[in-house]
Amino acid sequence: MNKLALPDEILLSIDKSARYIGNEINSVKKDLSSVSIRFAMCFPDVYEIGMSHLGIQILYAMLNEREDIYCERVYSPWVDLDKILRDKNIPLFSLETQSPIKDFDFLGITIQYEMCYTNILQILDLSHIPLLTKNRTINDPFVIGGGPCTYNPEPLADFFDLFYIGEGETVYFELMDCYKEWKSSEKNNDRKAFLKKASQIPGIYVPSLYTVKYKKDGTIDSFVPIDNSIPSTIKKQVVMNVTDTYYPTKPVVPYIQAVQDRVVLEIQRGCIRGCRFCQAGTIYRPTRERDVSILKKYAQELINNTGFEEISLSSLSSSDYSSLNELITYLISDFKTKGVNISLPSLRIDAFSLDVMSKVQDIKKSSLTFAPEAGSQRLRNVINKGLTEDDIIDGASKAFDGGWTRVKLYFMLGLPTETEDDIKGIAWLSEKIAKKYYEIPKDKRKGKCQIVASSSFFVPKPFTAFQWAKMNRRDEFLQKAYMVNDEFKIQLNKKSLKYNYHDADTTILEGVLARGDRKVGQVILNAYKKGCIYDAWSEFFDFGKWTAAFEEEGIDMDFYIFRERSLDEIFPWDFIDIGVTKEFLKEEWQKANNEIITENCRSKCSGCGAAVFKGGVCFESKN
Amino acid sequence: MKVRIKFNKTGAMKFVGHLDTMRYFQRAIRRAGIDISYTAGFSPHPIMSFALPLGVGVESEGEYFDIQVNSSLSSEQSIKLLNEQMADGVQILSYKKLPDETKKAMSLVEAADYILLLREGYTIPDNFSEILDNFYSQQKIMIIKQTKKSEREIDIKPLIFKMNFSENGIFMRLKAGSVDNIKPDLVLEALYKFIGQSMPKFAFLIKRQELYTIDQDNRLLPLSLTGEEVL
Repeated sequence: MNKLALPDEILLSIDKSARYIGNEINSVKKDLSSVSIRFAMCFPDVYEIGMSHLGIQILYAMLNEREDIYCERVYSPWVDLDKILRDKNIPLFSLETQSPIKDFDFLGITIQYEMCYTNILQILDLSHIPLLTKNRTINDPFVIGGGPCTYNPEPLADFFDLFYIGEGETVYFELMDCYKEWKSSEKNNDRKAFLKKASQIPGIYVPSLYTVKYKKDGTIDSFVPIDNSIPSTIKKQVVMNVTDTYYPTKPVVPYIQAVQDRVVLEIQRGCIRGCRFCQAGTIYRPTRERDVSILKKYAQELINNTGFEEISLSSLSSSDYSSLNELITYLISDFKTKGVNISLPSLRIDAFSLDVMSKVQDIKKSSLTFAPEAGSQRLRNVINKGLTEDDIIDGASKAFDGGWTRVKLYFMLGLPTETEDDIKGIAWLSEKIAKKYYEIPKDKRKGKCQIVASSSFFVPKPFTAFQWAKMNRRDEFLQKAYMVNDEFKIQLNKKSLKYNYHDADTTILEGVLARGDRKVGQVILNAYKKGCIYDAWSEFFDFGKWTAAFEEEGIDMDFYIFRERSLDEIFPWDFIDIGVTKEFLKEEWQKANNEIITENCRSKCSGCGAAVFKGGVCFESKN
Repeated sequence: MKVRIKFNKTGAMKFVGHLDTMRYFQRAIRRAGIDISYTAGFSPHPIMSFALPLGVGVESEGEYFDIQVNSSLSSEQSIKLLNEQMADGVQILSYKKLPDETKKAMSLVEAADYILLLREGYTIPDNFSEILDNFYSQQKIMIIKQTKKSEREIDIKPLIFKMNFSENGIFMRLKAGSVDNIKPDLVLEALYKFIGQSMPKFAFLIKRQELYTIDQDNRLLPLSLTGEEVL
């Protein structure tokens, strides 16, 4: 066992010290003297969150497959340890070898949500790595970012040496070989030489090799590479054959309970639905399914190798997986007697899903979830959410007949074109579901039903049809939430209805960071220096510090959120080619404003551009 | 069939808490392919019960839990299978079949041995051995025990079965189990109070050595001596 980086005195003074000891089942052990590249893989949030993430497990296992690479893990120290590390000047360390992150060749950070940006700076700072790339020397690791937020990496451009745009399975080894080559060349004391070399690899974006010029109004005038040898667009990386690629069938098993305390079986990538607010729905196009026979094999291996008591299917919309019935039937028959639970998120509610759910869940304890996203059919057409009121009422009705009494509903407020009726429609739809329940004769129903509606505030994201849209101001958001709340109070079945809404301040900041440009970087740095970390945690989020940081840096939040962008505006993320074209997104934006729906990929190809990857759903019928 | 398993927990594993240790073993048992019995219902649990929780930061050479199995390989084979699934710092030491009528390990525990080892960089008074003897020879050792609701003064002397000082550290045999369980740090605190000093935090690494039950003649019997090998 490796000597721990922290003495017992510290580990006994902090909360959940098992976060920092490594040594978990299936964690990889290697002899440091036999590897030539050390890679620290980081999820910039607390261990229990980071350990729940499939992407890191994929890359960890994949990189460690190579004998010359040793990939270790690091997560954000919780605030109690953060303070101790700063006070005692102890460098942040990896879990496996418990050694300083600064000694690694690479620090890879997965960027899953905007509210973790200050945690990235925390990681760098505690590792004693200069926060700004321009201040790093040959003694510092190369800092590389990946994950969904890198589809607009610009707010983070000053902090990252490189970004990997797209799915990690494709060019990581190429990048590692490029590094080894540089390391053994005579230019191995010139960081830029490596970065220039790396920028030639498809999907690798080196922000320091690009210059941005702005117009007087603050929008982008030009975004160009510093010389002709650097590619002007970066093509996202996708694994086209998701069946024959790497899958981590020996994931690390944490000691303390992770947020997702189960094994994850990723059944497909991408989504055919085309909801206009959804970034995952475009950046992961085209939809690619994993072969059902390999999924059965993985399910066995995952349980045998981890001993987990639960397996969860993962995808953006499980009901669209073509062999779902076969897969679930297999899992139920194989695992039910072995004490392994099956969890089935993101299922469309219909007769089939209700039948399987009644087999794997306790109806008395579980609730059904619908995500109508908008309160009216008109607005659901605007956002292209192909879920009708009939679908919802009918699904709920079947569920009530099956014995369920609890329903959860998810909505968004602040969607483009939203009217008062759309807003109040959230309460009306909830009421209709409750009414449906009380239509069941008294002797046949089980007491009261409980309908819980939650709303979040809409944030326009890059690479969606709504990337041109303006966001609501904080007060508008709140007024809308109050309007919904008031409307709930006057419903007939109000005692069976409950309404919650999300915090507006975090939404505003998320909006700025999501569509921000390079100028926003200095605000993130300023906010971090003011003490902002763990912004995703409401108990630590301090909007006052953030607004002060914006003011001090002379950056206007409204420019990023409260402005409808013109169709010819150059966006900070335009240099990334995700396959789906800007032209298609423009058409979708116009169709949204005209309340016209677009069919899903299986019923009719809408020519979004993702067919350029030559596979997946785009070619299903042509096989 | 009921089985009693003994294990140790050392090094970094001492930071894995009681509930997490239970989960760790549930998963290890599934990986090892032990044919454990499950409860019925929608979320079946493996039938398993631990003898006595071990605090975070405390090492042990003598931890126990009982499981119910549908079928079993030999003790030797089972130990081997389980040890292949252990993390560094945990080892399975014994695997024994229990008579069906055996009560839960938790209700059988009567006493526990502890050794408290001085950590590097900490000192103790020169005449510590003498202090310890004087402390232990008191008629009564009164301490204030805080519970969630109240605090009350109790005499812990009858709960300390043995106590002495050796080169290795302080040895204590203490009353343990579901009634009148006392922890070694409580005794240590009383000891430092006795000499008018406050207990230096972290000075000692606590290690549990063994758990005992009592036999028909009221004699302490290590839990590992209960049950018999599966052949």
